[in-house]
Amino acid sequence: MRSNGLTRTPYYVLTGGLAILFLFPLLWSAVASVSGQPGTAQASGYGFGNYSTLFNYGAGLGQYILNSTIVSVLTVGLTLSVSLLGGYAFAAFAFPGRDALFLLTLAILMVPYATLLIPLYVVLKDLGLQDSLVGLSLVLALFQLPFATFMMRISFEAVPRELEESALVDGCGSFGVLRRILLPAVRPGIITVGLFAFLAAWNDFIAPLILISDSTKQPLPLAIATLRQQTMGVIDYGATEAGVVVLAAPCLVAFLLLQRHYVRGFMSGAIKG
Amino acid sequence: MATTRTPAKPSLLVSWLGWRRFRQVQGIGYAVPVAVYVVVLFVMPLLLVGRMSLSDWQLLTGDRGVNFPRDFTSFSTNTLFWPAVVFTIEYTILVTILLIGLGLGLALVVQESGRWVGFLRTSFLLPGAIGLATASLLAWGFYSPSIGPISPPLEQLGLINSPIQFLGTSLSSLLSTTLLIVWKYSGFYMLILLVGLQSISPEVLEAAALDGAGRWQIFRYITLPLLRPSLALSLILCITGSLLAFDQFYILTKGGPDNTTITVVQLIYREAFQRTNLGTAAALSIMVLAVLLVLNVFQFRGLRFGRAG
Repeated sequence: MRSNGLTRTPYYVLTGGLAILFLFPLLWSAVASVSGQPGTAQASGYGFGNYSTLFNYGAGLGQYILNSTIVSVLTVGLTLSVSLLGGYAFAAFAFPGRDALFLLTLAILMVPYATLLIPLYVVLKDLGLQDSLVGLSLVLALFQLPFATFMMRISFEAVPRELEESALVDGCGSFGVLRRILLPAVRPGIITVGLFAFLAAWNDFIAPLILISDSTKQPLPLAIATLRQQTMGVIDYGATEAGVVVLAAPCLVAFLLLQRHYVRGFMSGAIKG
Repeated sequence: MATTRTPAKPSLLVSWLGWRRFRQVQGIGYAVPVAVYVVVLFVMPLLLVGRMSLSDWQLLTGDRGVNFPRDFTSFSTNTLFWPAVVFTIEYTILVTILLIGLGLGLALVVQESGRWVGFLRTSFLLPGAIGLATASLLAWGFYSPSIGPISPPLEQLGLINSPIQFLGTSLSSLLSTTLLIVWKYSGFYMLILLVGLQSISPEVLEAAALDGAGRWQIFRYITLPLLRPSLALSLILCITGSLLAFDQFYILTKGGPDNTTITVVQLIYREAFQRTNLGTAAALSIMVLAVLLVLNVFQFRGLRFGRAG
């Protein structure tokens, strides 16, 4: 499009304004978490009073961050290992029931979250995993499986077959092929799957709300939401916004570092449709 | 596809089974984890929720025998049921129109490439990177009369006498929550529609322009029809997601004021964990599942038709 600086000015003003509208709430919560507000730990001026409230709340901020970290690491690990092996099986092997199993995995997407959480609550209890971070991670990884398996399958399928076959002919076992040849080739897919699993595990609210009742095992989002409810009467907005910053920071950093992989995840989803 | 070439040094197992069969066994081996996972944590729970919906099943006592169809008919006496259904549908319609409209608008804005456009895309996508619960907690402070960035400055300027009650009435709660969702998710829909826009070949648009079509005509008669698959996908995701809304209302409005902003999933949660009746919660879940399946079948049909046409 041919354009000069003068006619482009309204475009820059308009789109810049839009960008500010989208960024403003994020910036506001960061500023609000450190600014003075009567009735909060940071009564006046700027400082980290709200963060110290957060540090000393309940089982302590450290405990909740630890819980969320455990859940995130377990969920990402489970999602990656199951979808990596599954994706390899679906892409490189022919075996009876392959298509049925793949479709069944994708069908998880069709079932509402709440519909599955009610029976999963009972199933986890029967497995002795009630009120446990491992049980929660198993459930969170389940909801990642459709996207993850799909993504890993198309990643493996995109690797030239000759690469795999020549390694097999050279006497490399199928696991050796996976580890030495295919793993480096599907790295972008692994990063995309891992990023989405991390964002989902770190942020999920309804699964821990239903599955975790021990307050010392709460992941961060649940703990921050409870903090707000427990200080009835005097609502501590400052500490809540400090919690928002702690919750949002790792997601924003991960997004900004891995934006390319994030966008690719969407592309593959959109192409699938 | 099993490869036909065999390795240089076939193992004992390979020579016994034959290469083809050996590859089959290997494939099954790699698929075992996903199969176990899907059966234990997806198929079994799905069957269980069906059984629960047919039984008198309390949170504390467990299964107390079949009571079909009482779990399903109990909703005729639940005064929250129809208001929740109506509210969820209203919310879904409102959010879908706004999100797809704004998503399309943003996608048109960020079509070209370049540094400025890259900055715009990142800005629009950034709210989508944080969690829904996080965004809801953020909005809860944002809308608050004491620390929010809107009411206090207006009050100080004397433009308003009392704080704006963003969550005061049923309608304002709906609109405030919708605004939160539009802020968080329009970047997603921008991205999906952008993929669609970029798959339209520039030659088609140039040919139309040469034939004297105006900007609006090109958009209306060329871009929009060619965008149909992406639009249909956005519709599926948006409608499904909105019908299942939970976090934003649980955190932001807590279903209030006066239980006017309760969604269907909140109703399921209440049945199961506040009224401790897993049977009726399961029945409600089954009904939601059925509605979504029907909707998805219709929408997929639309999607396929859009592709063929």
